[in-house]
Amino acid sequence: MVMPSQFWWLILGVPLLVALFVAAVAHPFRKVSAALSLGSALLCFGVSVWGIVSKSMAPSFFSWLQAGSFSISFGFTLDGLAQVMLLVVTGVGFLIHLFSLGYMRGEKGWSRYFGCLSLFMFSMTGIVVSNNLLMIFIFWELVGVSSYALIGFWFERDSAAAAANKAFIVNRIGDFGFLLGILGVWTLLGSLNFVELKNGVAISQLNGVDQTLFTLSILGLFCGVMGKSAQIPLHVWLPDAMEGPTPVSALIHAATMVAAGVYFLCRIFFLLELAPIALQVVAAIGGVTSLFAAIIATQQNDIKRILAYSTLSQLGLMVMAVGVAAPGAAMFHLTTHAFFKALLFLGAGSVIHALHHEQMIWQMGGLNRRMPITALCFTVGMLALAGCPGLSGFFSKETILAAAWAKNPVWFWVGLLTTFLTAFYMMRLLVVVFWGEEKSRSAKEAHESSWVMLVPLFLLAILSVVAGWGHVLADHIGFPQNHEGTGGSFVMGASITVFVLGLGLAWLSYRNRSKEIWHWPLVEKAFGVDRIYQKVFVRGHDVLSCVWSGIDRFLIQGIVVRGGAWTVAGMGHVCRAMQSGSLQGYVFLFGVGLAIILWWLWKG
Amino acid sequence: MISPLFLLVALPIFGLVAIIFRAPARLTTLLVCVANVLVVVVSGLQEFFKVHSFQVLSTHFLWEQSIPWGNLPGLGEVSFKVGVDGISFPLVILTVVVALAAVLVTPPRVERERLFYGNLLLVILGALGAFVSLDLFFLYVFHEVALIPTFLLIGMWGHGPRRVFVSYQTTIYLLAGSLAILIGFLILLNAMPAAHRTTDLVVLREWFLNQPLSRSTQVQLYAWLLIGFGILVGLFPFHGWAPPAYAASPTGLAMLHAGVLKKFGIYALLRIVLPLFPLAPRDFVFGENLVSLLIVGNLLVIGWVTIAQRRLDQMLGFSSVMHMGYLFLGLFAASQLSLSGVVLLMVGHGLSVSGLFAINGVLREKVDEGDMSRLGGLAKYFPFFSFAFVIFALASIGLPGLANFPGEVLIFFGSWKRYPLVTIAALFGVVISSIYLLRAVRRVFFGSVAHEGVRREIFLSSKIGILILLVSVLGWGLLPGLWSQKANASLSHWLGTDALKVAMKKRGNFNGNERSDVVASAGSELVGIRLFFVVDPSFFK
Repeated sequence: MVMPSQFWWLILGVPLLVALFVAAVAHPFRKVSAALSLGSALLCFGVSVWGIVSKSMAPSFFSWLQAGSFSISFGFTLDGLAQVMLLVVTGVGFLIHLFSLGYMRGEKGWSRYFGCLSLFMFSMTGIVVSNNLLMIFIFWELVGVSSYALIGFWFERDSAAAAANKAFIVNRIGDFGFLLGILGVWTLLGSLNFVELKNGVAISQLNGVDQTLFTLSILGLFCGVMGKSAQIPLHVWLPDAMEGPTPVSALIHAATMVAAGVYFLCRIFFLLELAPIALQVVAAIGGVTSLFAAIIATQQNDIKRILAYSTLSQLGLMVMAVGVAAPGAAMFHLTTHAFFKALLFLGAGSVIHALHHEQMIWQMGGLNRRMPITALCFTVGMLALAGCPGLSGFFSKETILAAAWAKNPVWFWVGLLTTFLTAFYMMRLLVVVFWGEEKSRSAKEAHESSWVMLVPLFLLAILSVVAGWGHVLADHIGFPQNHEGTGGSFVMGASITVFVLGLGLAWLSYRNRSKEIWHWPLVEKAFGVDRIYQKVFVRGHDVLSCVWSGIDRFLIQGIVVRGGAWTVAGMGHVCRAMQSGSLQGYVFLFGVGLAIILWWLWKG
Repeated sequence: MISPLFLLVALPIFGLVAIIFRAPARLTTLLVCVANVLVVVVSGLQEFFKVHSFQVLSTHFLWEQSIPWGNLPGLGEVSFKVGVDGISFPLVILTVVVALAAVLVTPPRVERERLFYGNLLLVILGALGAFVSLDLFFLYVFHEVALIPTFLLIGMWGHGPRRVFVSYQTTIYLLAGSLAILIGFLILLNAMPAAHRTTDLVVLREWFLNQPLSRSTQVQLYAWLLIGFGILVGLFPFHGWAPPAYAASPTGLAMLHAGVLKKFGIYALLRIVLPLFPLAPRDFVFGENLVSLLIVGNLLVIGWVTIAQRRLDQMLGFSSVMHMGYLFLGLFAASQLSLSGVVLLMVGHGLSVSGLFAINGVLREKVDEGDMSRLGGLAKYFPFFSFAFVIFALASIGLPGLANFPGEVLIFFGSWKRYPLVTIAALFGVVISSIYLLRAVRRVFFGSVAHEGVRREIFLSSKIGILILLVSVLGWGLLPGLWSQKANASLSHWLGTDALKVAMKKRGNFNGNERSDVVASAGSELVGIRLFFVVDPSFFK
């Protein structure tokens, strides 16, 4: 049965209503808010599947804000790209809702947590289905705020509150460029709607449009992506965002929201490819980010931070894929990455939960025996991420590497190096956490988690294995995959080699070790970028504020405004009167006013 | 039938009389505010259910009525004429909502209660009267009505050791402003032949549309009114009075003044200056570049100054001044789009900033500490107020779905072609405001509890007051489409398509090659700003 097209509004409306209802009414009732939130996530997934399977049409748009001929409207795009992303977001989203039931048990802010999750589902599906730039911007901001609320979930902790602020402000800096880009595109091409833009570009081929301004506008849009997908130099917020609950890290800061930037790049790829310089910048930023983050990940000691840097690195790969004109490969990797990275985070969550919020990998060890199912699922996820042949991550990474090889071998080598490092740090993680001896008491007392947490793990593990098989997914996305065959066997051979090398090196280095053997403080501190930013931008900005504050108080208020008034109108007398607290100043001004009125009456 | 607008003005006066005759002051004020809300809601709904009744707003004033006052020497025909259109009706709604919330948030125990509420009623009366008047004389008088109680309220019920100084400073600034406005108005009336002279705004607009003032008169008038209204609104560099005044004000006054009264200046520029002297902004000394510098001053300089603030109340005061920069930007860009944004943002900003001041006031009752670095963890004690503060802060930052966003986005889109560089500054201003507001949220509400001696009793009435604002912020943000078209239609009528066209032609044709427009505007902005520092040739003409 074909789904009535108006049903599509449910995937936006229901989570929003749930979020509002939980905030306004249901927050004292824990079971109600969790049930509503879980139900709405399931409903979204159901509606998406039904609508996509029955090929339901997009509903008509409605105008949200209209002033004269300008209007901001909400409408749906439901092409293959959006369909794949929609299934990923609602599917993974539902599984993580389920996992949260176990992970967040007994938390004080339980209802707040589920309310925010629903707000996030609303905003994220909004990004996916948007049919115009301003609508995407609106939901872009809303995912930002749900991310802010969830990173700062434990707001009593100073570090969590700081991380939430950092995430929001860094994203805001990116969105500053994003909105400028939107304004630029609007001015240059006269529309914000994707279909209209596409048609317009297809007909005129940017005739009469200034190429420099166009490139600048596209780079502006890319700024938004750098913020949301945490690309260098705006990457600093993502590792800190791990202060949030682990399911949130899995859903928002690994699988979906941070990937929204890549999704957006694919969505506007028809504009990107008209700006070759912008495309090169995109490739460079992505490539550098992927390598940079992979290097840092090899030296981290917090299980969530390792995964966070790994996410940065994989996002870099996807952005690089868009930059080498392979958006299909980027989306493919986005999808498989959503499965195995959500799996890894949930696995880590299961471990952290069992170890009573212990996150240091050197306090773990031997969990293979204590938590066999978690260990099995985690291993599957790790192999998929590292690029083990036959698993989903292998295929998607292959597509990216092949595309890079065809377009610009520099980015191929960068990708290859990243692949090697990925295999290395993931194997290190696996060996230290799950193999060998228990390294702490809490590791000795660990228990397998409950089924609500294991079922999502299991399902995600299956998806991580099969998502790359055949070309079902890749073909559905809707970008032609024309890079296969070019250097195919060489690329594949190289990546399998580095996978084995990375695995082997990590196994040799970390087998039976109870502490780190390589020490690179600079890498461990993420090259000190945070410190530099803190010193230069944050401190610099504060100093600037103080300087302006002084100028405002003494120069502008003290001399320009008042001093001017003194000399011009003899205000000095009034101000002295003012100081003494008498009414004279008031009366004086009143008198002046009266005199002027009388003069005018006399004159007129 | 008597216009509901007269009722709106009459109710506070009844309240005042009742208080003079020893009626319970808080109750009376509350009743007046509730009655005002009811009047607006009931008569608004009545119009709503008449077929297409709100459509007349585009060409007519709703509930227009007039009481002749007499022929004053020098002023001409004066009559108490009221009416609202798409520009002023949202402001009336804003006023009644904020007034109700302001009274509810005021703590139940106030010294010299009758005098306090009497003054508060005068402020409300002044704001309502100014927004419904269609007569220059009454517009001015109502604005003055709100001025004196401000002086008393800060001086007698204010906070902080410097409140007396602050009350004088505020009053002198504001009086200087009204003086400039008065001069402007008198020059304006003087420009009409005595036989036709009137203070009726509708007639004035018609008159000056057909007999435009000479260039030099327009510029002269513009200067007086810009300075006058600029002081009221806190236009850089005349903003010095505002932050200390809001920090020292009793909560109710801070809400009314920052949320509502401040909008009067913007409203008057929109209502009087733009239609009457469309050419003046261009021919003003130093041209538009002075104006763009002032806006940048409001947006960036005040933004940075806000970041440097240590006290919550001061920070909120500066932030409300900074946000005026967006309104000025929209106003001076003067495209239909940006002006619609100004109308939406006036209401949105009024709601969110009064919410912030309301919570600041509640906290002031609970904690004897205003320095943000010595506060912390208050979310633990006051979950509802913290939630509300976060929402109001996010609204001020311009989060979609909350009150400020619709207005801001229309202003950005509407101003972009005319003031690209200033618009970029305004966009960066959003980053700045998220820095200081989120920092404040973190310092005051999040983290570990840093301050002992928190009084945890909460008055239900203040909760209700903040809830009203919270719902309004959400409502205005989620459904901006309800009003945007009406504001737009009224603007196009009131500003007069002809006048606007003439002005637009002067400012460069927007329908031509748009790219070159933006580049050209940006170029001229740059050149102009540079020239401004060296010397402006038009100055010597």
